[in-house]
Amino acid sequence: MAKMPAGTLYRGREGMWSWVAHRITGVLIFFFLFAHVLDTALVRVSPNTYDKVLDLYKNPLINVMEVALVGGVLFHALNGLRITLVDFWAKGTRHQRAMLWIELAVFVVLMVPAAFFMLEHTFSRYFGS
Amino acid sequence: MSTDVENASVMSPHDAGPAEVIEAPRTTRRIGKRSRTNFEMYSWLFMRMSGLLLVILVLGHLLIMNVLDGGVNRLNFGFVAGRWASPFWQIWDLLQLVLAELHGTNGMRTIINDYSKNDVTRFWLKMLLYLSAGIVLGLGTLVIFSFNPNIGD
Repeated sequence: MAKMPAGTLYRGREGMWSWVAHRITGVLIFFFLFAHVLDTALVRVSPNTYDKVLDLYKNPLINVMEVALVGGVLFHALNGLRITLVDFWAKGTRHQRAMLWIELAVFVVLMVPAAFFMLEHTFSRYFGS
Repeated sequence: MSTDVENASVMSPHDAGPAEVIEAPRTTRRIGKRSRTNFEMYSWLFMRMSGLLLVILVLGHLLIMNVLDGGVNRLNFGFVAGRWASPFWQIWDLLQLVLAELHGTNGMRTIINDYSKNDVTRFWLKMLLYLSAGIVLGLGTLVIFSFNPNIGD
């Protein structure tokens, strides 16, 4: 087994990976926001143009990507709350790892029904009777 | 510069367990002039404060638009017109737009500062970032305030 390098309190542990995930979700949300403001701006062009582009969001493949987007935003939000607690709560640093596991549990509890409804709407639209 | 790190590893031998070693920090290097304002502290504080508000604004937005009552399948021009008829949702969306764009721009600024290797790249990436932020804030605000529900008539 490879020997762990010195100074590994942080590196390779939960703290580092949540930081990596926070950055990646943040960047993806930033780029989506840019696209989303542009597509919403089409309401100034005409109702038809807007509705045509909005139909993209109702495509089943894009719908799966929306579940990923909601998941990314939810993780970034919950992890941001944890970071804020680490910074402002006196015991935050001591409990940062426990808070990460609570955060992931809350993520699953909220994400399962959200994903179910999001996919169900589209599934019944395309394949329902 | 490396003597601190070497001393640290002498003082904490590896048999103490890998997880108990914290390297001594490197000597701080001051880049450019020392800033007289406290910009980075306010930026740190802004990320926490805007983040708290965005948790409510953005998760509320996603819940209404993507999850409840048919999700995206019920969205169209008429739905937008119905919502923006109310000042409550106009203010919600404006606040959400401004806070999210500033929060995201500041996060991207941090990432550009972390990863760009030379000053010219860093400068132009940030200019591009600020240009895109200006477009998003300008266009988004204009659309919310100039929305006309009868545009198609």
